[in-house]
Amino acid sequence: MKIRNRFDRRFHRTLLGLSSITIGVLALIVAYLIHLSWPAVKEFGFSFLTSTEWDPVAEKYGSGAFIYGTVVSSFLALVISVPLSMSVALVLNELAPKKVAEVIGFMVEMLAAIPSVVFGLWGIFFLAPLLRLYVQPFLGQHFGFIFLFQGPPYGVGMLAAGIILSIMITPTITAICREVFRGVPLHHREAALALGATRWEMIRLAVVKSSWSGVFGAIILGLGRALGETMAVTMLIGNRNEISSSLFAPAQTMASAIANEYAEAGSQLHVSSLAFVGLALFLVSLIVNSLARMVIHRLRARGGMSR
Amino acid sequence: MPRLPLLIFLIMISVHLPSVQAATRSITGAGATFPYPLYSKWFSDYGKLHPGVEINYQSIGSGGGVRQLLENTIDFGASDTPMTDEQLKNAKIPILHFPMILGAVCLTYHLPGITEPLNLSSSLIADLFLGKIFYWNDPKIQAINPGVNLPNVPIMIVHRSDGSGTTAVFTDYLNKVSPEWKSRVGAATSVKWPVGLGGKGNEGVTGFVKQSPGALGYVELLYAEKNHLSVANVQNAAGVFVKPEAKSITAAAQSSLQAMPKDFRISITNALGKNSYPLSSFTYLLVYREMPKAKGQTLVSFLEWALVDGQKLAESIFYAPLPAVLSLKVKSQLKEIQLK
Repeated sequence: MKIRNRFDRRFHRTLLGLSSITIGVLALIVAYLIHLSWPAVKEFGFSFLTSTEWDPVAEKYGSGAFIYGTVVSSFLALVISVPLSMSVALVLNELAPKKVAEVIGFMVEMLAAIPSVVFGLWGIFFLAPLLRLYVQPFLGQHFGFIFLFQGPPYGVGMLAAGIILSIMITPTITAICREVFRGVPLHHREAALALGATRWEMIRLAVVKSSWSGVFGAIILGLGRALGETMAVTMLIGNRNEISSSLFAPAQTMASAIANEYAEAGSQLHVSSLAFVGLALFLVSLIVNSLARMVIHRLRARGGMSR
Repeated sequence: MPRLPLLIFLIMISVHLPSVQAATRSITGAGATFPYPLYSKWFSDYGKLHPGVEINYQSIGSGGGVRQLLENTIDFGASDTPMTDEQLKNAKIPILHFPMILGAVCLTYHLPGITEPLNLSSSLIADLFLGKIFYWNDPKIQAINPGVNLPNVPIMIVHRSDGSGTTAVFTDYLNKVSPEWKSRVGAATSVKWPVGLGGKGNEGVTGFVKQSPGALGYVELLYAEKNHLSVANVQNAAGVFVKPEAKSITAAAQSSLQAMPKDFRISITNALGKNSYPLSSFTYLLVYREMPKAKGQTLVSFLEWALVDGQKLAESIFYAPLPAVLSLKVKSQLKEIQLK
């Protein structure tokens, strides 16, 4: 018994040590980012986050356009991906025969294993021409009165980036949604059916309604990936440092701005401004995640469901 | 038997010890991506000729190369643009510039049905990239391309989204030929583009141009040639429309010889001479003036080889050799490297 205890204690200490490494690494990253971005913080201050002027020649830097690009492309990805992922999860869990569900489920999860540069290449050679030749002209013709669908169809741009991101985050959201839906006790479903609910009503009332907090968690994980995704977005977003109301227009995200310019950044202020962009990205992720936690907390408190 | 793997490991290490000794003949450099295809060929060819010599090169970009050189983390750097006076002042060990080879930036476009190369003048290129011309059949383009049936297609400008020596050369040229460009945009490895889409890397720009009818972009010559893209003839300072090729690129360096400063830091865009291609550029190896003996000796021998035999390899991969006079001059600078 004594040996067991000693072993337990060592095990406990080892785990504690290892987990504090992760926190330590996070703290180091933040500290280094602040250190590196300090010259830019001093020079531009808060206006760095709102200004959309990014001119390496004049040494004027502002990340407003990047923040906009990151937020909008990620939001667009969620708008497309959330209904899709939830339906896929429901179909696989509740409707499809087990064999079919296994195969499709495996294929959806395989999407997560594709490297992002491959998504980017596929985007350039398949998605962008498709958008340019068919989708964007169609949207422009029939919905051109909406500000979102105006301007020349380049193929690449905010829309392409949002679509590629939505494909990339779908496996994450689907997998977690499936787990969450699976966690709904069988007797809840049986109870709903016993009360005379149709299958659709059973799914809606017993499964989906009681799983919102879990689904929300899934969405946040997907959003996390979308906010930080770099390579595929850089290849498809058109890399233009401007805010445009149209989804057809090229844009730029924080992650892709850093990836684009860091290697060749010459002056100290340029490097430090890029670090500031990194810090801003970190802050945006932090804010989004905390907001999401709060919402999940509320949902849980109200719904009373454990998941 | 947990000891056995350890034993095998120790044996493997001891077997590899001799190669650790030989590591004194391995040198590491980092920098420009533009000459990377040529450099990697040089390093592998040279390594085959001189067994035991290993030159590692990481193409992390000119800016990164200069940064690492100033931090003394590599044995040599490489850059498409010469270092600035300020950067040189920050160097703990003085740095020498060795022009190694010449390259060109070309204007490439996608206009289906047009087979003969288009002519573009300097003022036209500036107007195009300033976003002042919207359609391919604009009278300004038609005027210098008589007989070409230009389509009524919107122009889509494509530029590099990542910081790059290619952009530096291109904007340096625009700075020289257009006062408006100079005041509105300027020259750097990345600039605030008035119009257009950004593609990441030469391959990104190439991809966009290849796919989008009406696109106009600038890439290194190698990428346009390899991808069979149309390449424009560009009007030089003497008013002649010149095709980018080894001959015209070397001519640009030739005509700049008189103005060549002792440290070789010069821009040869918009060079004089009727044969010169105006978007030509040197690419430099950056070497410390003082080097440890073994590494320095290896690097000097390599440079001697690259400046003579290496030049012959250039043309096959769309670079241009240095003018013979110049490569001799550059070679004589090798004497300034002090070995300790």
